[in-house]
Order: sequence, then structure tokens, then C-alpha cells
Amino acid sequence: MSVLIYVESNGSEIKKSSHDAVSYGVQVASKLGGTATVIAVGDIPQEQLIALGNFGATSVLNVTGGAFNQSNPSATAAAVIEAAKKVGAKVVVLPKSTLVDSIASKVASQLKAGVVTNVTELPETSSGFQVKRSIFTGKAFATVTINSDIKVITLAKNAYQGTETGGKATVEVLALSLTDSDTKVKTTNVEKMTGELLLTEAEIVVSGGRGFKGPENWGLLLDLAKALGAATGCSKPVSDMDWRPHHEHVGQTGVKVAPNLYIAIGISGAIQHLAGVNSSKCIVVINKDPEAPFFKAADYGIVGDLFEVLPKLTEAAKLLK
Amino acid sequence: MKILVCITHVPDTTSKISFTDNAFNTSGVQFIIGPYDEYALSKAVDLKEQHGGTITVLNVGDAETEPTIRKALAIGADDAIRINAIPKDAGFVAAQIASVAKSESYDLILMGRESIDYNGGLVHGLVADLLSMPCITPIMKLDIDGTLAKMSREIEGGKESVECNLPFVAGCQEPIAEWKIPNMRGIMSARTKALKVVEPISVVDDVVYGSYSLPAPKGACKMIDAANPGELLTLLRNEAKVL
Ligand SMILES: Cc1cc2nc3c(=O)[nH]c(=O)nc-3n(C[C@H](O)[C@H](O)[C@H](O)COP(=O)(O)OP(=O)(O)OC[C@H]3O[C@@H](n4cnc5c(N)ncnc54)[C@H](O)[C@@H]3O)c2cc1C
Ligand SMILES: Nc1ncnc2c1ncn2[C@@H]1O[C@H](COP(=O)(O)O)[C@@H](O)[C@H]1O
Repeated sequence: MSVLIYVESNGSEIKKSSHDAVSYGVQVASKLGGTATVIAVGDIPQEQLIALGNFGATSVLNVTGGAFNQSNPSATAAAVIEAAKKVGAKVVVLPKSTLVDSIASKVASQLKAGVVTNVTELPETSSGFQVKRSIFTGKAFATVTINSDIKVITLAKNAYQGTETGGKATVEVLALSLTDSDTKVKTTNVEKMTGELLLTEAEIVVSGGRGFKGPENWGLLLDLAKALGAATGCSKPVSDMDWRPHHEHVGQTGVKVAPNLYIAIGISGAIQHLAGVNSSKCIVVINKDPEAPFFKAADYGIVGDLFEVLPKLTEAAKLLK
Repeated sequence: MKILVCITHVPDTTSKISFTDNAFNTSGVQFIIGPYDEYALSKAVDLKEQHGGTITVLNVGDAETEPTIRKALAIGADDAIRINAIPKDAGFVAAQIASVAKSESYDLILMGRESIDYNGGLVHGLVADLLSMPCITPIMKLDIDGTLAKMSREIEGGKESVECNLPFVAGCQEPIAEWKIPNMRGIMSARTKALKVVEPISVVDDVVYGSYSLPAPKGACKMIDAANPGELLTLLRNEAKVL
């Protein structure tokens, strides 16, 4: 019973969520008494592919060149499908990301596989193949059985922690050529922030709301984020008013995050905002209104004026480590 | 231009989620058009205004979903199709949509980036593959010039501009269009617009939903004195172990 795991890089490094997926896939393979193989698409440094062995992978397939890059989900899916056929994969595991849904759906459709996204735990394999997945935007879970011969699952962010086991993987280049259908969608321009921590990958997120009064006060938040090594987010009104870029807006209509620590400052905690953060391990709320609904979803809270609390908190954070 | 918009009928975002007898408890729950689907529909209305054409809305659901479908007609769809089946999973729904869309040669099929009940993010991709069309998701901007569509798609930590010729399937999200508020004329005419009911095709159950559960309730929020925020960091490090 072979398991195939798709890994993604953020341009320079393989993402944490992919490391988690490798550990997860290796566990699934050992449950099923099979082997796990990794498929990586695009020009990812060789040493990083070898280092996937550290998460339990023994063998890595790499498809590179031409349009085989991650921002072409159709070509990426084609590479995953080819790899799945090559190793006779019965389970394909993908880490959740913005583009992974398009990849997972195409892989499943082509392999005639049942597909389940946002899986939060290892499968139950004693009779059949059951997985637990998050539904209703993190407000509930469902246990689902996949009956098809081949199964495709995507792993929810931060649901499974990768463990470093030590080891090196062997890397093999898989040669593939593109078909016309892989080049129907053309990318003409990419606007990507560089040098900043990716919000969806970060272990700590510091997020600000309308309580900041204006973009000129954002430095307070950026200082704290820097001291903690955190990525920064915001509530929807903040990005609607252009205080912060759209891709930082967290919530039901924005980015969904699941960091270990989410610090919400001057955000009231509307249900649509909570929908994007309720999978976080630990939530801290700083708000001057003790009645702010966010406190009900929080693990730790400070009732106070952010303009007074933040500078003190940042000073204390700088002394950490 | 012939546009198909696929909409879900989902609990309002503020709904309390609970289950009785292993089924979603609908009592006191208000149902709405999925928010991302409403962006798709609003975009379709804008495109029709610019380029002419027709908008068909489609839902896979039982008769309970008809008020939601009528709302989509009031917002500006011309006619509607309801595939008469309880949506069992993404694969099932996609097979139903594709079987109807196959013979209709739509120029554009718009959906939401994901439903807010199943959060699968799959149906658009599956439908696209079944129809041998590209799927582009999640898109935040869409302009059509002749048969060429120019879009802005979200990627991790940014966005990119992409182009594709019609036909294709797209998953929409904010800020692709402003939501439309149905006016009186829309609401009146929605009552008489055609709503065709189609029986489902049979599909192998690859994925079967079994039981449901709720997350463990949160413990009480621990309050820290605003005068000494450093205490927070100590707790985060030693108690919560997240620093
Ligand atoms: C369909 C739909 C989808 C939506 N999607 C999203 C989404 O994805 N993400 C999202 O965030 N919102 C979303 N919203 C909007 C959401 O309902 C709220 O309006 C929004 O989250 C409020 O943002 P806020 O908390 O920053 O602002 P406010 O609600 O104005 O709250 C500001 C908070 O700051 C506090 N404050 C003020 N001054 C200070 C101070 N000096 N020190 C400390 N605290 C202070 C106040 O007590 C208050 O609690 C959506 C709404 C709808 C209808
Ligand atoms: N039962 C359904 N009927 C019509 N369209 C649907 C249905 N379920 C999902 N869709 C469409 O597919 C998109 C993605 O759904 P999902 O894969 O469930 O996240 C939704 O935003 C809708 O546009």
C-alpha cells in the first residue's frame, strides 16, 4: 500500500505544512504496511529534498523545468498523477494551501479517487479507511469513510505536527512533458511579498483591528510582531480601508490561519473574523472593552488600551530568548 | 455570454452549529446563499450588464433550498436548475453539475472558492476536470474581452494575474464584485422565472459521511493585568508552551 505525499515550497524553502504532511504520510504508510514517496514540483534546492528524510521520507521524486512550477496547478496535478501511477499510490496526501484545492480535485478526478480535504487526524484503518475532517469553518468535525481504491486527502494546517527523525532521502528526477491542457491558463504577472513571513505558515500571528484608529499606528503592531518573530494579520475593515493589504485580512472571507499562537489586538471578535482563527492552538486578546466577544474565544486576555499595553508588551518580548 | 453560477444553500455565518441524531440541527437556523457563491453570482450580474447574455443558477439540493434559489433569481439570474438530491459530498455534487452542464455549452461556470458548510474547495475543480476545462481559483478580479478572460488569482502571500480563454470554471472570492441587493422588481419577477427540477444521476459513493462532533469547549479566558503585560509572555511560555 503505497502512499504519495506532495510537498510545496514557498519559493526558497519547503514549507512547514509540507514537513507536517511528510510525517503524516509516513505514518499512514506504516499503518497500512506500505512505503511512502514524496513528489516535489519545481526547482527546489536538492539539499532540501534530501533533508525531507529528516521527516521520515526515504524516496523523493522531483519534476522540474518549463511550466512545472507550483503556480501552475494543472501541471502540478499532472506531475502528482504521474508519480502516483509510477509508485502505485493508494493514498495521496497534500498539505493545505491556497492552490492545493485545485491540485487535489484534479488528481482525484483523474485517478477516480474519493477526495476529502481539511483532514485533522491520522486515518482509522482497522476496518476501511476513515478520516476526521473539519467542517463548518472549524465549528465542527465529521468522520468520513473513503471507499474508493485510491484515496486523496488534504491535511488541515497545523493539525498534525511533523516530527524530525533524522535521515536522508534519495532524490530521483521524474521526466515529464506538458500537454496543451496544462498551459491553457497563463500567468502574466506575480505580486508576491518577499522577506515577510507567510501568514498561513507562521507559528505566531499578531493581528490588528479597527482599534488601531489608523494605518499610522501600525508600527506598534509591527514592532511586537518583529520581537516575537510573528507574521501580521488584520480584520476585514482594516484591509477594506486600505490600512493593510488585502492578503493580510483574516477571517471567513479572508485568510484562514491555524498558528500555535494568535494575538488579536483591537479586534472585536465578530463571528466572521473568528471563522478564520478558531483552529489556532492558543488565542490572546487585547481589547479595551471587557465585553468584546473575542474574549469568549480566548485563552488569555488583557483588558486595556492597546496604545499603552503594546509598547510594554513589546519591550518584554524583546527581553525573551 | 452564457453563464452558469452554482450556489450552495448554507447556514448563515452566525448560526450555532449542533447535531441531533447525527444530523445537522436546522432548528432556528437561517439559510443563505453561500457568501463566496454570492460573489460569483454578483460577478455574473456585472458581466451580463457589460456583455449581455444569460445567467442560470444551479443548486444540488432538495425542495427546501428553493427560497435560496429564488433569492438568486431576485438578484439577477434569468432561470434556475435544481438537481433534486441531498448533496452527499463534493464528488457526488460535481458529478451532478457536470452531467447537466455537459450538454449546455456554457461560456463560463462561476462558483464560490468554497462552501461554508463542507469547506471542501473541491466542487469547481472536479466539475472542471469532468468537463475537460481549466479551473482557476480563488479569483478576486475577472474581466472579459472577447473570448479572453483576465483574472487576478490569490496565491500564498500575494496575487498573480492570469489569462485564459473561455470556457472555464472559476472559484470566486472577495472583492470580485459588490454584492447586489435585490430590488422590488427583482423580487417580483423572481417568482415567475423558470426553476427547472432535474432528477439526479446515480453516482458511486466514494466518500460517505458518518458521524459528526463538536470541538472541545474552550476553558475560561485567563485575564492578565494591563499594567504588567510581561506576565502574559511568562504564561505563554511556561503554561501554554507556545513561545
Ligand atoms: C459576510 C461577511 C463576511 C465577513 N468576513 C470577515 C472576515 O473575513 N474577517 C473579518 O475580520 N471580518 C469580516 N467581516 C466583518 C465583521 O463582521 C466585523 O465587522 C469585523 O471583523 C470587525 O472588525 P474589527 O474588530 O477590527 O472592528 P470593530 O468591530 O470596530 O472592533 C474594534 C475593536 O477594537 C477595540 N478597541 C478600540 N480602541 C481600542 C484601544 N485603544 N485599545 C484596545 N482596543 C480598542 C474595541 O473595543 C473593539 O472591540 C465580515 C462581515 C460579513 C457580513
Ligand atoms: N450542492 C451544491 N449545489 C450547487 N453548487 C454547489 C453545491 N456544493 C458546492 N457547490 C459549488 O461549489 C463551490 C465549492 O464547494 P465546496 O467544494 O463544497 O467547497 C461552492 O462555492 C459552490 O459554488
